[in-house]
Amino acid sequence: MSQAMGQPANYRSEILELNLGPHHPSTHGVFRAVVELDGEMVVNVVSHLGYLHRGYEKTCENKHYHQVIPLAERCDYMGASSNSLVYCMAVEKLLDVEVPERAQVVRVMMAELSRIFSHLFWMGTHGHDVGAMTPLFYMLREREEIMNLFELTAGGRLMPNYLRIGGLIRDLEEGFVDKLRSFTEHFDRRVDEYETLLTKNPIYVDRTQGIGILPLEDAIAMGATGPLVRGSGLAWDIRKQEPYCGYEQYDFDVPVENGCDVYSRYLVRIAEMRQSNRILRQTLDRLPGGPIRAEKPGVIFPPQEDIYTKMESLIHHFMLVIEGLKPPVGEIYQCIESPRGELGCYIVSDGGPRPYRLKWRAPAFVNLESLANMSRGYFFADLIAILSSVDIVLAEVDR
Amino acid sequence: MGIKGHLNDTVHVTNLEWFVNWARKSSMWPLGFGLACCALEMIAAFVSRYDLARFGMEVARPSPRHADLMIVSGTASKKMLPAVLRIYEQMAEPRWVIAMGACACTGGIYKNYAVVQGIDRHLPVDVYVPGCPPRPEALLDGILQLHAKVMKEQSLHNPRVMEIKVAAR
Amino acid sequence: MKQEEIKDKLLSKFGSDMILASVDFRGQISVTVLREKILEICRYLKEDPDLAFNFLSFVAGVDWYPKTPRFEVVYQIQSLKHNHRFRVKAMLEESGDNLASIDSVVPLWPTANWHERETAEMFGITFNNHPDPRKLLLPDGWTVHPLRKDFSLYGTKEDTPDLPA
Repeated sequence: MSQAMGQPANYRSEILELNLGPHHPSTHGVFRAVVELDGEMVVNVVSHLGYLHRGYEKTCENKHYHQVIPLAERCDYMGASSNSLVYCMAVEKLLDVEVPERAQVVRVMMAELSRIFSHLFWMGTHGHDVGAMTPLFYMLREREEIMNLFELTAGGRLMPNYLRIGGLIRDLEEGFVDKLRSFTEHFDRRVDEYETLLTKNPIYVDRTQGIGILPLEDAIAMGATGPLVRGSGLAWDIRKQEPYCGYEQYDFDVPVENGCDVYSRYLVRIAEMRQSNRILRQTLDRLPGGPIRAEKPGVIFPPQEDIYTKMESLIHHFMLVIEGLKPPVGEIYQCIESPRGELGCYIVSDGGPRPYRLKWRAPAFVNLESLANMSRGYFFADLIAILSSVDIVLAEVDR
Repeated sequence: MGIKGHLNDTVHVTNLEWFVNWARKSSMWPLGFGLACCALEMIAAFVSRYDLARFGMEVARPSPRHADLMIVSGTASKKMLPAVLRIYEQMAEPRWVIAMGACACTGGIYKNYAVVQGIDRHLPVDVYVPGCPPRPEALLDGILQLHAKVMKEQSLHNPRVMEIKVAAR
Repeated sequence: MKQEEIKDKLLSKFGSDMILASVDFRGQISVTVLREKILEICRYLKEDPDLAFNFLSFVAGVDWYPKTPRFEVVYQIQSLKHNHRFRVKAMLEESGDNLASIDSVVPLWPTANWHERETAEMFGITFNNHPDPRKLLLPDGWTVHPLRKDFSLYGTKEDTPDLPA
C-alpha cells in the first residue's frame, strides 16, 4: 500500500482493477488482462485467455495427417514455417522416415527466414509500444522482401504451406537462390540501421532497462524458453542442445545476456537476427542437389512427375489422398526452437489415418504465465513494455 | 485551369446525396479490428507498397468511437463475439463492416465448437473479402467495392440504420 | 543419462507396483505410474541429483474412451543440467458422479498451473490442491469438456452457443 504520513484515522485506499480488454492496440491481439493497480503501480495481473480459442487440437483429431499441415501453420502466424517444421518432423519420426539432404537444407532456410520474419515484427511492434514508431515502418519494408521469398516457394505470402511430410512439396523456383543471396547481403546493414534507432537511444534504454526482471530460477520454474531464458543468462537453444534438421553442421552462436530485463531480451533478439542471417548464408553455400522428398510408397507422396507416368505412383497418390497415411501405434514428442522458444508437438497415434491426440506445446502460452511475476511493482506503462517483450502470438496461446 | 475550370466562376451545381457519399467514402477511417492472422495482411495494406493512405484511410483508429469502417480480420471465437458486438455498437452511424478472410466470412477452416461460423450471423456485413489470408490487393479491392457501394447509397432518403440483436446484458 | 538408465533407476527406487508399465518407441521411453503416487515420483525425479528434472514442458490429457481407465495425464519433463528428457504418465478413471482426479504438480513445477487448468476444463479432470482452478480458454458459462471423445466436434446449440444466453 502507498506510504503516506499523517493520514487521518479513517484513511482508506483501494486497489483499482483496470480491464486491459480484448480489443486494445497494445495487446498484440485479443488478450485480456485485469490489472490491479495501486495508483500507478501494478500489484497483480490476472490474465484471461481464450479469446482466440479455435479448437485447434480437437480439429486435428478429425483430419488426416497431411491435412493438419495448413492448420498447424496458422497456429503461430508470425513464423509459420516453424510450425509445419515441427509437425512434419514429429510425423516423420513416427513413420521412421529420413528426409533427404536437400530438403533439410531448404527447411533450415525456411525456418531461419521465419525467425527473422517473426523477430522483425516483434521489434516493430515492441518499439511502437514504447513509443518509437519508426522501426515499425522500417521493418515492414524488410518483411515485404521476405514475403516475396515465401511467395516464390509455394505461393503464400504469410503461410507458404511449403513443407510436407517427408520433405517439401516442390523444388525451389529458379530465382529463389539469387534473391535470397541478395537479401542476406544487405540484411546485416539493415540490422545496423535498426540498432542505431533503438539500442543506444536514451529514451528506449530508460524505458526498458531494469524493467520486467525475471530471474533465471523463476524463468525455469515457470517453464519459460527462448529469448526469455536467454535474456536471463542461460544459453539454452534446442538447435544446439538437441540438434535437428542438420543444425549441427552450421556455425552460429547463441546470444545470451545477463540483464534479465526487457532490454536484454531486445538485445538477444537483435543478435539472433544476425545469427539467422549467418546461417542463411551457410545454407546457400551448402545447398546440395538431389530429391526433395523421401521415398516410401504408401506413406509419402510420390514425386509429381511419376504420378503422370507410372501406374503404381498414381495408385499410391490416390490412396494417400483418399485414405491418408497410417503410422504405427505409438507416441512421439518432437520440439524445435521456434522464434518464441520451445515449440513442441506431441502426437499419439492409434494406427489410424488421423492423429488420436495432438498436443501443441506452444511457447507463447507458457511464456505468458510469467507475466504476473515480471510486472509486480512496476508502473502500468511498464506493463505494456513487459507484455510486448514476452512476444506473444495469441493464436498460439489460445490454440 | 483545374478545378476553377469546373466552377463556372460562381456556382457549382451537384447532387447533395452524391456529395455526401463522396465525402464519406473519401475519408473512411478504419477500425483495425485485427483478431488473428488476417491482421498481418491488413497491416501490410498500410505499407507504402500497397498504400491504403491514397484512399484516405491511413488513420486507423483503435477506438470505435472514432472509426467508420470495421474490418473484422481474423477468426471470431465464441468467447470474443460479445466483445465484437459491443464494439460495433459503439461505432457512430454511418458505419460499415468488411469481413476479411475466410474465418470472418464463414468460419474458415475452423468448423468446430469454438468458432462463430461467419460474423454475418451477428453483424451486417457489407463486403466479404475471401482468402486465407487475402492478399493486401484483395483487401484493397474489397475496399474499393465498398466505396462503390457507398457511392450508390441513398444516404439522405434512406439512411442506414442497422439494429443488431445483442444478448441481454 | 540414457532413457533406459532413467527407467531402471525409477524401477529400482519405487518397484514395479508403482511403476506400472513402460513403452519404448523410436528412442523415447514413457513410463506409466500409479496415480496416487504421482507427486512422490515427480519429487524424486526433480530432486535426485543424477536425474535433476527441473523443467516441465507440458501436462496434457488423453481420452481413451471407451477403454478403462479412461483418461491419461502425460507429463513431459526435461533436465536442463544433464540435457535429457523423459515422459511420465498416469491413468485416471471417473468414479461415480465425481470427476477423475489426480494430485497437482504445481508445488514442484509452477509452470504446470496453466497446463493443468487447460487439461481440467478440456477433459473434466480435477487436479487436487491446484491453487487456481478456474477455466482458462473456454467461455465461463460452458459446462462441457470439448476434448473428450464423446463430444462432437461441432458442439451443440445448447452447450456451445454463439452468444451467452
